Amino acid sequence: MTAILLIEQILNGLQFGVMLFLMAAGLTLIFGVMGVINLAHGSLFMIGAFAAAGTAAATGSYVLALMASLSAAAVAGVLVETLIIRRLYARDHLDQVLATFALILIFSEGTRFLFGSFPLYLDTPDLLSGPVTLPGGIQYPIYRLFIIAMGLSIAGGLFWFIARTRIGIQIRAGEVDREMIAALGINISRLYTAVFALGAALAGLAGALIGAIQSVEVGMGEPVLILAFVVIVIGGIGSIKGALIGALLVGLTDTLGRVLLPQAFGLIMDASSATTVGASLASMAIYVLMAGVLIFRPSGLFGGTT
Amino acid sequence: MTEPVLRMDGISKSFGALRANDDVTLDLRPGEIHALIGPNGAGKSTLIQAITGAIAPDAGRVHLLGQDITGMDMAARARAGLGRTFQISALAMDHTVLQNGVLGALGASGRAFRFFAPVMRDRALLGVARDALAEVGLSDLATTRTADLSHGQRRQLEVAVALTLAPRAFLMDEPMAGLGLEGSARMTGFLDRLRHRAPILLVEHDMDAVFALADRISVLVYGRIIATGTPAEIRQDPEVRRAYLGEEATP
Amino acid sequence: MRRENLLNAAILLGFIAVPLWAWVADEPFIITLTTRAAILALAGVGLNVALGLGGLVSLGHAAFFGIGGYAMGVLAFHAQNYLPLIEAPFLIEGTKSMPVIWLVAILASALAAVLIGALSLRTSGVYFIMITLAFGQMLYFFMISWPAYGGEDGLSIYIRNGFPGLNTLDPIQFYAIAFTLLLAALLLVARIQNSAFGLALASARQNPTRVTAVGIRPRHLHLVAFTVSGAITGLSGALFADLNRFVSPTMFSWQTSGEIMVFVIIGGVGRLFGPVLGSAAFIAMEYWLDGVSDYWHIYLGAVLLGIVLFARGGLIGLIAGREVAHD
Repeated sequence: MTAILLIEQILNGLQFGVMLFLMAAGLTLIFGVMGVINLAHGSLFMIGAFAAAGTAAATGSYVLALMASLSAAAVAGVLVETLIIRRLYARDHLDQVLATFALILIFSEGTRFLFGSFPLYLDTPDLLSGPVTLPGGIQYPIYRLFIIAMGLSIAGGLFWFIARTRIGIQIRAGEVDREMIAALGINISRLYTAVFALGAALAGLAGALIGAIQSVEVGMGEPVLILAFVVIVIGGIGSIKGALIGALLVGLTDTLGRVLLPQAFGLIMDASSATTVGASLASMAIYVLMAGVLIFRPSGLFGGTT
Repeated sequence: MTEPVLRMDGISKSFGALRANDDVTLDLRPGEIHALIGPNGAGKSTLIQAITGAIAPDAGRVHLLGQDITGMDMAARARAGLGRTFQISALAMDHTVLQNGVLGALGASGRAFRFFAPVMRDRALLGVARDALAEVGLSDLATTRTADLSHGQRRQLEVAVALTLAPRAFLMDEPMAGLGLEGSARMTGFLDRLRHRAPILLVEHDMDAVFALADRISVLVYGRIIATGTPAEIRQDPEVRRAYLGEEATP
Repeated sequence: MRRENLLNAAILLGFIAVPLWAWVADEPFIITLTTRAAILALAGVGLNVALGLGGLVSLGHAAFFGIGGYAMGVLAFHAQNYLPLIEAPFLIEGTKSMPVIWLVAILASALAAVLIGALSLRTSGVYFIMITLAFGQMLYFFMISWPAYGGEDGLSIYIRNGFPGLNTLDPIQFYAIAFTLLLAALLLVARIQNSAFGLALASARQNPTRVTAVGIRPRHLHLVAFTVSGAITGLSGALFADLNRFVSPTMFSWQTSGEIMVFVIIGGVGRLFGPVLGSAAFIAMEYWLDGVSDYWHIYLGAVLLGIVLFARGGLIGLIAGREVAHD
């Protein structure tokens, strides 16, 4: 395992983590502020990816594609919130899980109806294609660096937004005491719709960014959704900081685990067994990490209240 | 003097910079009603939580019948003999009155993990439950769904369930809350008779009830007990008058 | 209460009459369909112990479904290939005997449920939901990357396992087996519901503080409920694998967890026959709508949404009214 390979994998882990952060940030905001567990977040990811792929195919412009993904996901988010999520605020978690699961079914099949079962492809823009040479002689895809940069700047932007703006303060207040901010005369409905739309846009953006690396297909959102849940559990619900740290932890653990575990087992077993055992354990690594965090901190690393 | 049934020694609890309980020492003697009064924010809820085991105090110990229960969780304290009623009724709302009573008897029996015999035909449990319901006057409503009871009836049911545990001490958190004139009078009479079964630590705001029932009163202000004594003593204590009762004549 | 009893009887009757008719009319496909419904109903009965009785929203129950399925798969695979499972320190061979397989499936899933439950129940609310989901996924990915038992492609078992005295390849006989197990599970759950444990568990679902105040620890109740729940669902997994003579990691997937939960809800969560009616409705929808439209999941989603928003008690709630408190 050379140093170059290791650094490459670390960068991959960061890129994966940053993408997970975009998903987890939205989820944790929605749960923290509105108390709603939103399983349809994966669908918003998928919608963003499809909007981007469709727009790129029609216009050839990556920038337009990104904008389309943000808008489509945000619009979908607003629709979903006003029509359905709104009725769930007073309901228990089971109802929220079921209703948003129903949305997954509707969105997935609806997308399959519109776009068919075959995956779409989104090309990385020429400007960002190809590798760049990093200090140390490492060749790394520009596009992945772009994702990392985008993700980290959005993280920074979110932190600033929550900490410094009026809406950010309302969000933080809402996380602590929902009834209080209503009593203070803040328009709760609009705040909630805005938060949901923000979370949706983040998810859609993540979908668009990843769409250029993987294929765009129905059902691409749910595995990411579940990982985002793991991130939130590790980081603590309602905490953006927790979402970032949790996401990076999960991203790095998963990526490095897949590379390092088979190698580690290669030291004590023959090559093919090592690959098998290593790969199997690597697939479980993040769940083991999650379980480990929960043993010591049932509310996650930065979680306060449930 | 006989050994107190319930004793709190030096209970202290802080939340960050807020000292909710500051070296609170309090005891409950056999056959007495000991009322705990104090303005809102005095730390009564925190103290109750420390007694029942919902939170762990930073310092101090709680003893029940001489046994140190400070390390025990809520369920263990209940089984050790600490009965309680809640400020906001905690009952299984979809179950009937009788089912709530049987639940109490079941907890007291310590045999909740039985899977095959129909519990609502268990004569022993039913007997305990029905006796408790009769004592509070809810026998006629045994098959009524708890959610359909009036507020006052739910308070009565709370007490009944506590009775099924055959507790050695009662901790009652504002049992008068929300009761009208008639309900309060009935509850007052009931508690008066109840003290002989087991002493009651009564947290209350209703001063009529407090001065009518209490053998002793403790006053909690800003986390500290500023006075403990008979109602007559408390009425005349200058610090209490200043901090809580005001200068007006007390009832 | 009486209406619900009548409805339950009618459902049972349906589960007897339909396959009998299909047997007489020589429609083995319908028998197989009903068998599928009965087995999935069993999975739902299992889930309902945790979800309906215990109030535990477990989104990872497919974990137990899959464990039961692979218990069957692994044992039968070793048997059909004449390979022992382990040779040292003692010999364990595969088996194709259903009763043995069921026992292993039940024990394995019960053990998994204790482990997963002990860890997950340290949390509550939303955390619990997410963690159970994550554990299901963990097993899914593990099974995919374990090539010894087929990995992503799954495992085929060429000949259906055997039950002493019966021809398990005969659809109606296999159905009888599945239906009997379903009945047994329903009887067990009915007993549990009316027992001391059931009263405590139902009370804990409504008001955990109340249960603690009478000296019972809700977490212990929940762990036991979760374990029983996992064991029953595990048994259904073994049967399901036997029905299809095929087991694959999909049995562990979140989609499977979701589907089981969906039809329990559609039937009526917390009602004894909710999973049974729900499973029948689900299979019926799958059968009829799939012919109509390739995208029938949209209708499923719409039905589910409708029930969640407007008819919380599911089909049984709609037909038989709200649950009446027993005394």
